[in-house]
This record gives sequence, structure tokens and C-alpha cells, in this order.
Amino acid sequence: MIESSMLAWIIGSVFFSSLFIMLISLYNRYDKTIPRVLYTFLGIGGPFISLLLSAYLLYTQVSTGQNITFTAFTWLNIEGFMVKASFLLDPLSAAMLSFVAFVGFIIHLYAHAYMKEELAYARFFAWFNLFMASMFLLILSDNPIMLFIGWEGVGLCSYLLISFYFNDEENVKAGNKAFILNRIGDFGFLSGLALLFINIGHLGLDFGSLEANIHLIPTATLSLIAFLLFVGAMGKSAQLPLYIWLPDAMAGPTPVSALIHAATMVTAGVYMVARFNFLYAMTEDVSLFIAYIGAFSALFAALIALRQDDIKKILAYSTMSQLGYMFMAVGLGAYSAGIFHVFTHAFFKALLFMGAGAIILALHHEQNIKNMGGLKKKMPLTFAVMLIATLAISGIPPFSGFFSKDAILNHLFASEQYLIFSMALITAGLTSYYMFRLLFIVFITPSKEEKPLLPQSSLISITLVVLSVGALFAGFLNLPVFFGGDENFSLWLNLPDIRHHLSHQTELILLLSNMLIAGIGILMAYVHYAKSATDPSLGFLNNWLRNKFYIDEFYNFVFVQPLAKLSHLIVFIDEKVIDAALHKLAFGYQKLSYYSDLVQNGNVRYYALYMTVGIVGIFTYIWGVTQ
Amino acid sequence: MLNIEHFFILGILLFSIGIVGMVSRRNIFIMYMSIELMLNAVNLILVALSHHYADLNGQVMAMMIIAIAAAEASIFLALFVMLFKNARSLDANFFDLLKQEKHND
Repeated sequence: MIESSMLAWIIGSVFFSSLFIMLISLYNRYDKTIPRVLYTFLGIGGPFISLLLSAYLLYTQVSTGQNITFTAFTWLNIEGFMVKASFLLDPLSAAMLSFVAFVGFIIHLYAHAYMKEELAYARFFAWFNLFMASMFLLILSDNPIMLFIGWEGVGLCSYLLISFYFNDEENVKAGNKAFILNRIGDFGFLSGLALLFINIGHLGLDFGSLEANIHLIPTATLSLIAFLLFVGAMGKSAQLPLYIWLPDAMAGPTPVSALIHAATMVTAGVYMVARFNFLYAMTEDVSLFIAYIGAFSALFAALIALRQDDIKKILAYSTMSQLGYMFMAVGLGAYSAGIFHVFTHAFFKALLFMGAGAIILALHHEQNIKNMGGLKKKMPLTFAVMLIATLAISGIPPFSGFFSKDAILNHLFASEQYLIFSMALITAGLTSYYMFRLLFIVFITPSKEEKPLLPQSSLISITLVVLSVGALFAGFLNLPVFFGGDENFSLWLNLPDIRHHLSHQTELILLLSNMLIAGIGILMAYVHYAKSATDPSLGFLNNWLRNKFYIDEFYNFVFVQPLAKLSHLIVFIDEKVIDAALHKLAFGYQKLSYYSDLVQNGNVRYYALYMTVGIVGIFTYIWGVTQ
Repeated sequence: MLNIEHFFILGILLFSIGIVGMVSRRNIFIMYMSIELMLNAVNLILVALSHHYADLNGQVMAMMIIAIAAAEASIFLALFVMLFKNARSLDANFFDLLKQEKHND
């Protein structure tokens, strides 16, 4: 069937474009004779084909309501253990596919404009396309093993792209940090998978069989599996306590940040939890734990974001905070609300990063918002799209973020988890506060430097406008009943959500309180930052927030330093004990050989003597035995 | 009265003298003579046993050894001439080509 093989070509087209770019640029590395436009053609063309195929398959899926599956080949067939390279397009993966393909393609266009002047243009697009291919593989795979390959692929590509400017040691360190923290998470993920296979792996490894057989696992083991899988999500989706790589990941070029935060990578954790919904539905304690981790991460990141000055770091913390919302939702059983927030978040977060990238380019690679100001007049288009995205992330109707966030907050309230709910509500206020702080400082406060701005390329403007349409209207796809909609998106996703019914009145009160909180945040930001960019004092909290609660220092002290000390100790033992003993031993044998060497003097007379002594010895022995 | 033990004692004595001469002397000619002495000690014992058991096989073997020793002597002497031509020495200690090369470590 032609549709089903298309499924593999969504991954294949970006994978092969990446491969070709790599090979051509390797072949062409000395005499740069091949024109750059070839790389552009491949680098943009691959995602474009993926986008077309995704759109067609999405249309097919929605119109027929049939899941599309495709088995490319049997990858492993060991007795009682069969892994197929098979792909699945059900509503959940289709929803992810739609925005990853679309936002990813837009970011590729933007990246072309952003990286035009870059020397390593080909390398950049090779990794960029591979990133997309890994994410597609992660989304479309029909068994956890293939999912894990995609999972590792995005980890690898994030490492490669974060340390893209590897001439600066700091960037390399940031890449390593991302990779190592992801490894910690992946260890958990892999252990969880292993446990899953030990228990029900022989009954089939695709998600359908796993779902059918999940009841065979004892509850305690099931909780452990659920927890271990979530450890992987903590690393990949930057939740407490494995989040510290995300702010440092800003070392990469801005399109990379946009791709990591919007389309690929960080949403993988939420997707994984939603994909294993049958598992998490059976382990309520772990799910609650996920919700709490999400709540704490959301609040924590929002607090840190209050006092950051790097425009990209503010956005990074806001991503972590929004991911917290998604985990609160999926933890409390609102899978479709969580996925819908992933969906809307992709649009406005990509828009925010691309807007920030446009500002950074225009200001000659200035990233500190304290050195910006008054850009509203100079960059009206960027201001408009940033305003749309900021309103969306703050949850102001009718922008996309409002609907998804409102759905999550309603669900949190209805689940009667009031601690989580209040944390989420506070985070919502903080979010609108720090996002508008950014907006006011960058665009409204008086301008500080008079350096002429670099002109913005028209391609960047076009991509910004296209995405801002998404950020504006994506929310209407899942219009709640309250506003006269019918929650199309959730119905289509058809995930086993836990549904609570709220009365009309409660919903209205919640809606108003959400808007009120967001409004207060905006108002406060206006009062503090409309005139000047100086931060109001927060007492002792000032330093804590500015230094990100000293978490990096804490980890350094608790984990990194002891580990370094331990390695030094091991090196000492290795060199001074094990190696030394072996050296002494070898030296001893050498000495011994010196003495045995004396016997072999090459003199036939002595050999005759040895022979005689030997024969006499043997005969003496035989004589002794026979007596 | 001579009996078999006496021949044995004589053979052992001759053989031992041969061994001691072989090991202790450095002159290649003396060493060669020691080897011949050992061979003849064995021959003596073979002949004595042949007589003792009235079996001719022992004498046949002794004749054989004498013949081979004669052939051997011609090779040995030719060898010695060549050795002396090349090295101007017949000192057995001088010929230690079998010795392993010393490593400098």
C-alpha cells in the first residue's frame, strides 16, 4: 500500500538529505567548489518532502479515521524476541507529526536565512535534518525499541548542534552537559524498557501488544517501570532535577534553540508519557509524582526566569516551565490536554525564539536584554509577532496558549489536586510577568545604543508571520464546550483521559481567575518595566534568582566534585598501586631471566653436562621407584 | 675369574671418564676423544653381553657402531680443519654461537 510506505519516507527523506549533505560536504571539504545552493536545496528539500507526506497522511488519517501502519523490515529475530522496523500513525503520532513537520520546516527556512553567512553551513544542515529524522522516528515508531533509537538520535543531534560553534570551549562544555544529563535520563529509560521486556517482551513488543499484556506485570514492577521511563523523560524534557542542560543549551545557534524547544527533543518526554498512557493509567502514584515534578519544575523555572538577562535563557526557562504544565496534565490523566499544550506551545515558542533570533541578528549578536531597548519603532514586525507569542504564552484569550493552558488548569482544579493547581496558577502569573518584562525591556524602554540595526531578511519576516498565524489560531482547533466548541482535537486524539465534570459556573470562575492572574502579571510588569529596565529589589531572593538558586553550584559540589575526587583517587590507585605492582613484577621477571640466561651460554660442553645431570636424575628416580 | 660384572664396571668407568673429559676439557680434540671413549665403553658392554647370552646380535651392533664411528671420525676431522681455518682456534669456549644475544634493557 502506497500510503503506508510513505510513512517510512517521512523519516527517509530528511535522513537521506542529511546523509547526502554530509557526504557531499565531506567530499568537498578542501576545494569549496560545490555551490552552497545545493546544500540549501537538500537541506530545505528534505523537510519539505516530509511536510508534504505528513500533510497527505494526516489528511488520510483524519478523513478515514484509520490508523496507518507500515513494517519496513524485521530488524531482529532472536528466539522469543522479535523487533520489527514498523511505524504507526495513530491520532497521537499524527498530532505530533503535524506540528513537528510544519514548525520544523518553517524553522529550516528561518535557519537558512539565519545561517547564510556561516562557514559550516553544510554541517549545520546535515545535523539539522538528522535532528528532524530522529524526531520523526521517535514519533512514528511502533515499538519502544525504535522509539529509543529516535530518542537517542535527538540526544546526539542536540549535542552536535549545541556545541556547533566548537571553537569556544564553553559551547563544547554546554554540549557535553546536555549529552551527559540526557545519558543519566536515558539510563533510566533503558532500564525501564529492559524491565518491560523481561516481563512481557516475549508476547510482542509493539505498543498494541504491550497495552494488551500490561496487566500481566505485578503492580510493584509496573510502578518501577513507569518511574524509570519517566526518568528518561526528566532528562529529555528538562524537568527537575535533570533540567540544568536546557539553559546552557542556548550556546547553540538560535534556530537550534527554536528546533529543540518547539518541535524536536523536549516534547519527546511528554509524547513518551502520552504514548505509554496505558502504563501510566495503571500506576496512579507514579502519575501523581509526575504531576508534582511538573508543578515544581514549572514554578521553579518561572521564578528563575524572573531575573535572567539573557533573552534566550529567559525563553529556555519559560520552556521548562511550560513543559511542567504538560507534565502536570499528563500526570493527572489529561493526556489530550497535555498534547494539545505541546501542540500550541510549539507554535508560540518557535515564534518567540525566531523573534529573539531576529533581534539578536539585528543587534550584532547582542543577547543581553539590558542592552536592548526601544526596538518597537525600529522593528515593528518583530514587535508584533513577539507580542502575539507573548500573549499566547501568558494565556490571554483568544491566543493559542490560552485554550491549552486553560484546559490544563481546569483539569488540575477538577482533579482536586489543589497544591498542584495553586502552583500552576502562580506559575501562570509569573509567566506573564517575566514574559512581559522581556517584551517591555526589549521593545518599550528607551533605547540604549545607537549602533545602526542590521536589516532583516525578508525570509525571516515571512517565517515569523506564518508562525504567528499558527500562534494566533492554533487554539481554536480544540475549542472547549464552554466557548461553544466541541473539543475536536481531544475527541480525535481519543486518548484514555480521566474526565471530570465541572459546572458551568466553576468554569467561568476558573476562566476569570486565570485571566485575572495573567492580567496582574502583565500589569506588574508594566509598572516595573515600562519606563526603565532596572529590576525592583526582591531582598535576599534577588541573588538566589539571579544565580538560579545555586543549583549548578550545588550539583557541582554534590556530584561533580566528589566524582572528580573519586576519579583522581582511582587514577592514583591505578598508577601507584596496580601499575606499580605490575612494573615491579615485570622487573622481577627480568632479573630472573638474567640468572637463567647464564645457564644458556652457548657452550656445547655445558649442554652435555646438563644432559648428563638430567639423565642421571631420571635414572636415579626410576631406580628409586623400582626398589 | 672374569665375569659379567667386571665388564660392566670397566664399561661404566670408561664411560664416566668420557663424560668428565667431554665436559671438563676445552680442546675440541680431547672432547672428540672422550666421545669415542664413551662409544667404545658401550661397545665393550655390548660385546660382553653378547658373549654372556651367547647371542650374536650384540656383536653385530658393536661392529655397526665402530663402522659409524669411523665415518663420524672423518666428518669430525674435516669439521675441525674448517673450524681451525676460520677461527684459528680449537678452544670449545670460543664457539658459542648458540648463545642468545644480550638485550640491552
